Amino acid sequence: MESIPILRTSEFLLVTIQVDMHDRLAMALQEDLTDQIVRYHSRGVLIDISSLEVVDSFIGRMIGNIAAMSRVLDAETVVVGMRPAVAITLVELGLSLPGVRTALNVDKGMDLLRTSLHGTPNGGS
Amino acid sequence: MTTTASHLPDILKRHDAQLLKDWVKEQLSVSRPEVTSESTLREHAHRFLGLLRDAVQSGDLSDVTGSAWAGVREMLDELSHARAASGSTPSETATFVLSLKQPLFARLRQEVGRDADALADEVWRVTLLLDKLALYTTEVYLKGREELIHRQQYEMLELSTPVVQLWDGVLALPLIGTLDSARTQVVMESLLHRIVETGAAIAIIDITGVPTVDTLVAQHLLKTVAAARLMGADCIISGIRPQIAQTIVHLGVELSSVITKATLADAFKIALQKTGATIGKGAGH
Repeated sequence: MESIPILRTSEFLLVTIQVDMHDRLAMALQEDLTDQIVRYHSRGVLIDISSLEVVDSFIGRMIGNIAAMSRVLDAETVVVGMRPAVAITLVELGLSLPGVRTALNVDKGMDLLRTSLHGTPNGGS
Repeated sequence: MTTTASHLPDILKRHDAQLLKDWVKEQLSVSRPEVTSESTLREHAHRFLGLLRDAVQSGDLSDVTGSAWAGVREMLDELSHARAASGSTPSETATFVLSLKQPLFARLRQEVGRDADALADEVWRVTLLLDKLALYTTEVYLKGREELIHRQQYEMLELSTPVVQLWDGVLALPLIGTLDSARTQVVMESLLHRIVETGAAIAIIDITGVPTVDTLVAQHLLKTVAAARLMGADCIISGIRPQIAQTIVHLGVELSSVITKATLADAFKIALQKTGATIGKGAGH
């Protein structure tokens, strides 16, 4: 079965969603991601949706769920790379993803995570 | 309608030159010379008569929407657009077609003059036909006007929603005029695209130019703020006038999730603080 790859950078996990999401894939992603957060003691998760062109309420809810799960495991979630059309659609659907942090691209998302973890965007100790 | 064969095709064929001459004379007597010159008038009349002759021979007189009339319609399209561009009124354009009645009726009387019934039939048929064609020119004229209005509306939408970059990473969106859903859509789209282009982290929405803020406008504003947040940009709403502050509270609109400032200057200061930039007077002061 196909699955969504989860990349591990030095301190964060990076999930790039490039295919159409459906229930099974979403469930698998949630399982994989929570497993990996626990295994690698990750403190931050970046979800890159820059190649996602179509969203529906299901995907919106799924992203919210992933963020909530990560928070329970003490990892912060940042959704990055949302396209303008996708943002408008989500807002029109009434899903403004409260509680999920957002950034324009992966770079800025990393800065955001580092700032909230270490106080500076440059890593630090 | 066509119980007996009409004399019209025959007349158009045989009296072509004479009809043209009479028609042009008739038109010159009613038209303003500054709008159409005699030479273009003559050329248009000549082309129209030729096309009409072909259409009448092959097509149905009572239905000008058929394929036999495509040539005539196309010519009238062109004529109507050209006339509208040169400042003719729609009735002047319609008169172009309607003024053909008099010379045509004169010919008809010559041809079928002895039979009053037949003459009435012919006149009625030709009248119907020319009226339809004249109405068609008016329709084309109106259609052109409507297209123009739509285009202008769209251009106004585009013009009235500029997104300006104030500083590295700071965008401003000065809104002027009322916010309806169509405009919110355009505002949102242009703001989000600019955020992507510039990589801005902060957007200031200035509503100094928005005359009234009701619950709907507030909802539109909040939608825009939410969409910008999803793209990773924080929004500040500025330019809230005292009356509008009162209205917002009286209406019970919840704006607490957004930073609000009274003036654009205050909002800009906060934005600079957030991006880590400082701005101040020079050492000489």
